Amino acid sequence: MDPIELRLPHTLQRPQATSNHEPITHSTEPIVTGTSVVAFKYKDGIMMAADCLGSYGRMAMFRNERRLMAVGKTTLLGMSGDISDYQHMQHTLENIMTQEYDMDDGQRLGTKSIYKCISKIMYNRRSKMNPLWNSYVIAGVDSGEKVLGYVDLIGTTYESPTIATGYGSHMAQPILRKVVEGREDEITEEEAVKIIEDCMRVLYYRDARAFNKLTRAKVTAQGVEITEPYSLETNWDFAESIVGYGA
Amino acid sequence: MFRNQYDNDASTWSPQGRIFQVEYASEAVKQGSAVVGVRSKDHVVLVAAKRSPNELASYQKKIIRIDDHMGIAVAGLTSDARVLSNYLRTEAIRSKMVYGRSLPVGRAVSAIGDKAQTNTQEYGRRPYGVGLLVIGHDDTGPHLYEFNPSGIVSEYYAYSIGARSQSARTYLERNFANFEELTLKELITQGLRALRDTLQQGKQLDTLNTSIGFVGKDTKMTILDGEATQEYLDLLDEEESAAMETE
Repeated sequence: MDPIELRLPHTLQRPQATSNHEPITHSTEPIVTGTSVVAFKYKDGIMMAADCLGSYGRMAMFRNERRLMAVGKTTLLGMSGDISDYQHMQHTLENIMTQEYDMDDGQRLGTKSIYKCISKIMYNRRSKMNPLWNSYVIAGVDSGEKVLGYVDLIGTTYESPTIATGYGSHMAQPILRKVVEGREDEITEEEAVKIIEDCMRVLYYRDARAFNKLTRAKVTAQGVEITEPYSLETNWDFAESIVGYGA
Repeated sequence: MFRNQYDNDASTWSPQGRIFQVEYASEAVKQGSAVVGVRSKDHVVLVAAKRSPNELASYQKKIIRIDDHMGIAVAGLTSDARVLSNYLRTEAIRSKMVYGRSLPVGRAVSAIGDKAQTNTQEYGRRPYGVGLLVIGHDDTGPHLYEFNPSGIVSEYYAYSIGARSQSARTYLERNFANFEELTLKELITQGLRALRDTLQQGKQLDTLNTSIGFVGKDTKMTILDGEATQEYLDLLDEEESAAMETE
C-alpha cells in the first residue's frame, strides 16, 4: 500500500506578499472547514442540521464547532466552508443587527432582507477576487411565508424547499428530493427530525469530513430553536462484509 | 447690514441663547408657497400651490417622488431641496439593493435631519434654506413628517409649511380628528380645502398651480399635475356648494 500523502494545509505553498514589489494575494483555499449543511421546509417552518466538526485539511481537529446560528429572532443561518470566514460573517451580522436594534423604531430585518444582505456581502467579496470561502443556508418565516435560500462563495443564490451544501448536495439532496419535495406542508416536526437525522447519518457514513456529533435547529413563526450538540447512533457491523478497497 | 454681531455664521450663539442664522433659514421656508400634508389610516397626501416667477415661465415643481413608497413637498429654496431629494433617492435605492426593503420613512427623515443639524454646528457651512413635508408608507403604515433647516424633524397627523401656512394649520387643527377614516379622494379634498386658505386675495386653485401627491397601502407614490388635478378641484367645488346649501 502506498503511504498516504500527509501534507497539512499550512505546509502547502501559498502565494504571499512578502514585499511591496509583489502583488497583493488573497485566500485561494479554505483552512479550517465545516462540511455539509442540510435544510428543508416542513409543516411549521424549516429544519436544519450541521455537524460539529472543524476539519484542518483531512484532520478532524475541532470537534465542538457550532455552525448554526440565529440572526435576530426569526432567522436561522447555517454555514459550510472556512470557519474563520464564518466568524468574520458572524461579526458583520452582529454589527448589522445591533445597528438595527439601536434604531429603536420597531422595524426589524426579516429573513428575506438578511438573505439579500448576506448575498450582497458574498458577491461583493467575490468581485474583489477575495471571497469568503463559505456556502450559507438562510432560513426563516418572513411575514408568514417560509423562506429557505442558499448563497455561496461566488455569490450564486437560489431558493428551494430543500437545500444541502457541499458533500450533502450529492448525498443528502437526493434523499430530500424523494422524501420532502411536494410534501413540505404535510411533514410534522417529528418526521422532519427523523428525515434530517437520516440525512446526517448517511453523510457521516460516507463523507470522510463528517462527524456524528451535530446540532439541529428549527425556525418557525415563533422563532429559532437550536439544539445542544448531540450524537447520532451508528452501526458499523456492515463494515465486516465489505470486500475489496484494499482492506 | 447685519441685525446684530451674532448672526455672521451658524456656529455663533447670541447671548439670549439664539442662533440667528438658523432662524433666518427658517424664514426662507416661509418665503416659499404653502404645502399641506394630511394623513388617514391607509393613505397620506401632499398638496401644494405652485408659483411661476412671471407669465412667460413655467410653474416651479413642488412635489418630488423619492421612491415608490415615499415623496416630498418643498417650501423654500428649491435648489437646496434637490440636494436633499438626491440624497434621499440614493438612500432609498441603497436600502432596496442591500436589504431588498423600502427605506423606513422615519429613518429617511432622521438622516436628512442629521445632515441639517451638522450645517448648524460646523464652521463655514450654512443651513439649508428649505422646509420639507415628507410622506411615505412602510411596514408601520402611512407617515407624514416635517423637516426644517434647524434639523428638527417631527411627525404629524396633518401639517402645513410655507407662505401663510398658518391659515391652513388653523383649518387642519379644527378638522384633523376626522381624517383617520377618510378615503383617498376625501383626504385629497381636505388637503386642498386647507391649501386654499393660504392663497392670496383673489387667487384661486386651478389646474396650473395645483400639485397633488399621495401614497398609501397598496398605492404607489403618485404625483398629479395639470389636467389630472381637475377631478379633485371639482370635488372641492362640489363640497363647497353642498356646504352652501345646508347653510
